[in-house]
Amino acid sequence: MSQPDDAEIVHFDNVGLRYGTGKEVLTDVSFTLYSGRFYFLTGASGAGKTSMLKLLYLAQRPSRGLIRMFGTDAITLPRERLPGFRRRLGVVFQDFRLVPHLSAFDNVALPLRVAGVPERDIVKPVTDMLEWVGLGDRSHARPATLSGGEQQRVAIARAVIGRPDMLVADEPTGNVDPEMAVKLLRLFEALNRLGTTVVVATHDVHLIQKVPESLIMRLDKGRLSDPTGALRYPPRRMASPPRPDVLGA
Amino acid sequence: MSILPAINNALGADWRERTSAESRLLPQGKLSGPMPWVIAIMIGLTVVATASGLALRNTARAARADVAGGVTVQIVHGAPRERDRQANAALAALKSAPGVAEARLVPQKELDALVEPWLGTTAGDDVNALPVPALIDVRLSGSADANRLGALRQALRGKAPAARIDAQASWLAPVFEAVHALQWLAGGLIALLAFATIATVLLASRNALGNHRGTIEIVHMLGGTDAQIARIFQRSMAVDAAAGGIGGLLLGVVVTSLLGRQFAALGSGMMAAGGLAWSDWLAICCIPVGGVLLAVLTARLTVLSALRRML
Ligand SMILES: Nc1ncnc2c1ncn2[C@@H]1O[C@H](COP(=O)(O)OP(=O)(O)O)[C@@H](O)[C@H]1O
Ligand SMILES: [Mg+2]
Repeated sequence: MSQPDDAEIVHFDNVGLRYGTGKEVLTDVSFTLYSGRFYFLTGASGAGKTSMLKLLYLAQRPSRGLIRMFGTDAITLPRERLPGFRRRLGVVFQDFRLVPHLSAFDNVALPLRVAGVPERDIVKPVTDMLEWVGLGDRSHARPATLSGGEQQRVAIARAVIGRPDMLVADEPTGNVDPEMAVKLLRLFEALNRLGTTVVVATHDVHLIQKVPESLIMRLDKGRLSDPTGALRYPPRRMASPPRPDVLGA
Repeated sequence: MSILPAINNALGADWRERTSAESRLLPQGKLSGPMPWVIAIMIGLTVVATASGLALRNTARAARADVAGGVTVQIVHGAPRERDRQANAALAALKSAPGVAEARLVPQKELDALVEPWLGTTAGDDVNALPVPALIDVRLSGSADANRLGALRQALRGKAPAARIDAQASWLAPVFEAVHALQWLAGGLIALLAFATIATVLLASRNALGNHRGTIEIVHMLGGTDAQIARIFQRSMAVDAAAGGIGGLLLGVVVTSLLGRQFAALGSGMMAAGGLAWSDWLAICCIPVGGVLLAVLTARLTVLSALRRML
């Protein structure tokens, strides 16, 4: 499962983004993400974190610059190849984006069903995952009947259920208590150990401190700074062995 | 021998799997609300229009075949005695003329019955006082075209100068024209109904698309393909359209058979010939199928064009 230390998964080169005719919300953003690492994206509210994640999960095209993803130019990617790329991503949207008329179970099962996974291979992983995020007894509940924190956990379960190559999470612990936040972070770490590259946008410094081996990207008014220098000189991959048991795999 | 069922089974299972998985992505049946009703009405009206068009066509065909070889010879003469003499001479000449299958002098009784509604039979009236023509009903072995009518006129010229020869078809020409116009009307109605059905389905698809835009975007962002998302909509639309189509077919068939019974009760020979053959019923049963296909295709194109606007 472990990948070469310097396998690039995402590369941004001089990327700029403006919405419509407004001013640029991202300017001259250049970086490389390496496979299997754990990244935090920080910055004040309005710094452009969500905008950058949208570029990462292919919901938005940049106004300028180059984006390479999984070794392919993501900007000139033909439309019919986008679903294949999206299936390699797990996304926790800032606003969750749960399907309102589907139960928690069906929401978590959605990526698997979209990918055509047979029903017999869906029930157990989804049940286990809901159990893991503490919603085992809420699997039939519709999103509207769940609290904000519960909805967020469903959104996270949906993002990780398909064992994506890259997980992109936008403020994934904003609505849960600190204890649950740490627990969810452990989930991301476990997934990371299985080889998933993780990118978490947050402005919670405590959260970042909980993952000592993480790399930090900082956005400041749409410009990327690199406080640790880690983006230019990626350190060696951490040595701790994978723990597949954590995911119930 | 054993591999075929296995493949079949696998394909079937896969299809069922996919169908059940995709059917969970959108609420089924609630997609378009009044759609089944509207489609039922459209299909019902289309069935009635089509059945009427086909019945008119059958009527016209039967009537045309009936009168195609028919020729009427009238002997119009003021003097009854001379009229009868010429009629008998004409009948004899017609019977020996080439191409005449049958010639029959219409008996006085039938003539009286024909004119009775207009002239009455009050006792004491002298029927002979009115110049009622003698009629000879001629059936040719082929159709009564201008050449053959000319030949008949030639044959009768010396023997019955008072004879007037007409093809029966020419009397019915205005009727045929009217039937023809009604057929065009039926065709126009069917075209309008198809157009209205497309417009309805288009609106319903747009509406459903608007209601489910959030869901579609989510499925799209989770890697759902355009074809997958379109299939979900198509299926929903197909269910609605099929429900409406079956209802509309029943409605249309009931109305058509009631109308048919009314016309049959008229007892007119021409209307009796206007019944529908089994092939006509088959064509009518294709209407809801066409409606479902139309609805599914419209839904598909609507959804695909909306999806193309998303990244
Ligand atoms: N869809 C949009 N249209 C126009 N402006 C936007 C849109 N989304 C975000 N912005 C603007 O871009 C800037 C960065 O926003 P965002 O990426 O959401 O920052 P963050 O997630 O760090 O809070 C903000 O000034 C915001 O107003
Ligand atoms: Mg944000």
